[in-house]
Amino acid sequence: MAATDRATGWWKESRFSPDGWLAALARRSEAIAIPVGALLAGLAAFSLFLFALGKAPAEFYALVYKAAFGTWFSWQNTLSRTAPLLLAALCVALPARLGLVVIGGEGAIVLGGLTCGALAGGLSGFHSTVAIPVLTVAGAAAAGIWVGAVAALRHYRGVNETIASLLTAYIAIALMNHLVEGPLRDPASLNKPSTAPLAAHLRIGDIPGWDVHWGLIVGVLGCLLSWVLIERTTWGFAARIVGGNPRAAQIQGLPLARLILGFTALGGAFAGLAGVFEVAAVHGSANASLAAGYGYTGILIAFLARHNPLAIIPVTILLAGFEASSGLVQRRMDLPDATVLVLQGFTFVAILVSESLYGRFRMFAPERWSLPR
Amino acid sequence: MNEADIGLWAVPLAILAGAIRVSTPFLFVSLGEVLTERSGRINLGLEGTLVFGAMSGYAVAYLTALPWIGVLAAALAGSLFGLFHGLVCSLPRVNDIAIGIALMLLGTGLAYFFGKPYIQPVAPDLPAINFGWWSDLPQVQVALRVNVLFLIGILLAGLLWWMFRATRIGLLIRVVGDSTDAARAMGLKPAFIRTLATAAGGAFAGVAGAYLSLFYPGSWSEGISSGQGLMAVALVIFARWNPIACFWVAILFGGTGALGPALQSAGIPGGYYLFYAAPYVLTLGLLIATSSPTRAMAGAPGELSISK
Repeated sequence: MAATDRATGWWKESRFSPDGWLAALARRSEAIAIPVGALLAGLAAFSLFLFALGKAPAEFYALVYKAAFGTWFSWQNTLSRTAPLLLAALCVALPARLGLVVIGGEGAIVLGGLTCGALAGGLSGFHSTVAIPVLTVAGAAAAGIWVGAVAALRHYRGVNETIASLLTAYIAIALMNHLVEGPLRDPASLNKPSTAPLAAHLRIGDIPGWDVHWGLIVGVLGCLLSWVLIERTTWGFAARIVGGNPRAAQIQGLPLARLILGFTALGGAFAGLAGVFEVAAVHGSANASLAAGYGYTGILIAFLARHNPLAIIPVTILLAGFEASSGLVQRRMDLPDATVLVLQGFTFVAILVSESLYGRFRMFAPERWSLPR
Repeated sequence: MNEADIGLWAVPLAILAGAIRVSTPFLFVSLGEVLTERSGRINLGLEGTLVFGAMSGYAVAYLTALPWIGVLAAALAGSLFGLFHGLVCSLPRVNDIAIGIALMLLGTGLAYFFGKPYIQPVAPDLPAINFGWWSDLPQVQVALRVNVLFLIGILLAGLLWWMFRATRIGLLIRVVGDSTDAARAMGLKPAFIRTLATAAGGAFAGVAGAYLSLFYPGSWSEGISSGQGLMAVALVIFARWNPIACFWVAILFGGTGALGPALQSAGIPGGYYLFYAAPYVLTLGLLIATSSPTRAMAGAPGELSISK
C-alpha cells in the first residue's frame, strides 16, 4: 500500500511523508522527548519516595523553586554553583563522544586547583593581566595532561579508561593532600592545611553587577565551544565517527590517537579550569575543599545531557538549583542533607534505563508510519 | 595505655595488624566483584552498596542489639542493590558501568539519608578472637585480635574457588561470563544467571560494609568508606579473577594502607598521604603492565566490558 502511495506521488506531498517537515520534527524530538521523559520519571519516583516517608513532594519542589529560581538572589546562588559543574561535565562528555567513559574529573579539578595554588606564590610579583592568564593556562594544562595520559594508556596500552581515570583521581587527591600538608603548606593555615593564600591582585573577581564569579562565563563558553567543535567542525565529525565505530574510523585513516588524546585532554583541561576558579575565585588557596564532589556530579550531568555540550547548560542549572536549595529544604522539611544525593541517584538511574527506549516508539520513526501496526 | 617500647618492631607489627584488620572489607567486596565479573558484568556500584551495608548493618545491630543480625541485614540490603543492578542491566542497551556509577551515587545517598539518626548511638561490636594470648606485649595482642568475619572471608574465598573449579553452578557462571552466544546455545539464560550473580555479589559487598561499621573502625559515619568498594574493582583485576588470589591481594592492599599510619605512629614523619595512595599506584602499575591493545587481559571473562 505504502509503496503504491509513494509511487503515485501524493504521499510525498503529505505532511505525513517521511520527507516532510513533520517527519523531520518527529525524528529530532526523540532525542529531547526521551531524556526529558526520563528526568520527569526520575522526579516522579523521587516524589513517591518522599511520599512514602510522609513528606509532601509538592512542598519539596515548591521549596526547590523558591530557593533556586524564585528570586534574583536565589538565581545567583544557583549560578555560582553552576560554573564548576559545567566544566566538570565537559570532562565526561567530550571523551564520551569518542566512546570513552572517563570518570576522573574530580582528580582533574584537584590538580588544576593545586597547580594554581602552587604557582601563585611565584607569580605574585607580576601584574594580574600576566599572572592570571598564566595561572589559568597552567592549571588547565596540568589537568589536561593528567587526564590525557589516561586516554594515552587506553589507546597505546589498552588499559580500561574508566578504571584508570578513577585510580588517577584518587592519586591526584592523595598528591594534593600530601603537598598541602607538607611541602606547600602555609604555616599560617592551622586548622585547614592550605597553600599560601593568593595575593589580592591574583584573585578572580565577580562578573560586574553579579554575585557570581567569572567561572560561569568561562563554563558557558566552554560548553558552546565544545558544541561547535563536535557538531560543526571536521575534527568533531571525525570524533563522532570514532565514537560510533572505532574500527571503521581507523580504516578510513582517521588520526585515532590524536582524536582520542586531544578530546580527552581538552575535557581534562576544562575540569582543570574548574579547579583554578575554585582556588582563584572561591577559596583563595588550594586545600582539601577542592575535592568537593563536583567531578562526580559532573558525570551525572554529562549522562543526563547525553554528552551534548549544549544540553549540559540547562541540565547543570537544574542540578545546581537542587544543590542550592538543599539548605532550605533541610530546615523547612526536616530532611537530611543527603536528600539531593538521593534525588540525583533517582534521576541518574532513570536516564540510564531510558537508553533502552530509543527506537521503540513509532511516533518518532516516520519510516514506520505507513507500515501496518 | 602501658605500651612496652619495642622500637621499630612496631612498624612490621602494625602492618601485620593493619593487613588483617583492613583487608577484611577488601576481601569481601572483591569476592563479590569476582562473582559478578565472572558472570560477564561489572558492578561499579559496590561502593554505594558497601556504604549502605555499613549503615543498615549498624542500624539493625543497634536496634536489635545483635551484631550478627546486623550483618545479615547488610547482606540482604546488598543483595537488593545487586538485584536491581542485575535487572536493569538485563534491559537492552543499558550500560553496566554507567548503572554502577549511578548506583554508587544512589547507594551512598540513601545510606546518608537514612543513616543520620544512627551517627550518635553505639551499636554492639562483632566478636573477635584473641590469637595473641601467648604474648605479654599489648601491641602483639592488639595486632592478633582477629575478627570472625576475617576467618569467614578466608573460607568463602576457598569455597568460591572450589565452586568455579568443580561445581555445576560455577561452570554455568563461567560459561555465561565467557560467551553469551555459547551460553544461549546451551539453552541457558545469560541475563538471569548474571542477575543472580550480581545479587550475590552485592550481598558480599553489604557484609564488607557491616564489617566497617560493626568492627573496624566500628561506628557509622558518613566518611566510613575510603573507597574500598571502588578499589575492589581494581583489586579483582590485580587478582586475575581468582578468589584465592583475592585473599592475598586484599592482604597486600590492607598492608600498604596500614603502612602510612604505622610509620607515623613509629615517629617517622611525612609521606602519610603518599602511602595512602600506594594501593592505587600499585593497581595502575599492574594494569599498565598487563593490559594490551590487541588482546584481552589474561584470565578475564570474555564478556566483561572492561577487558573487551
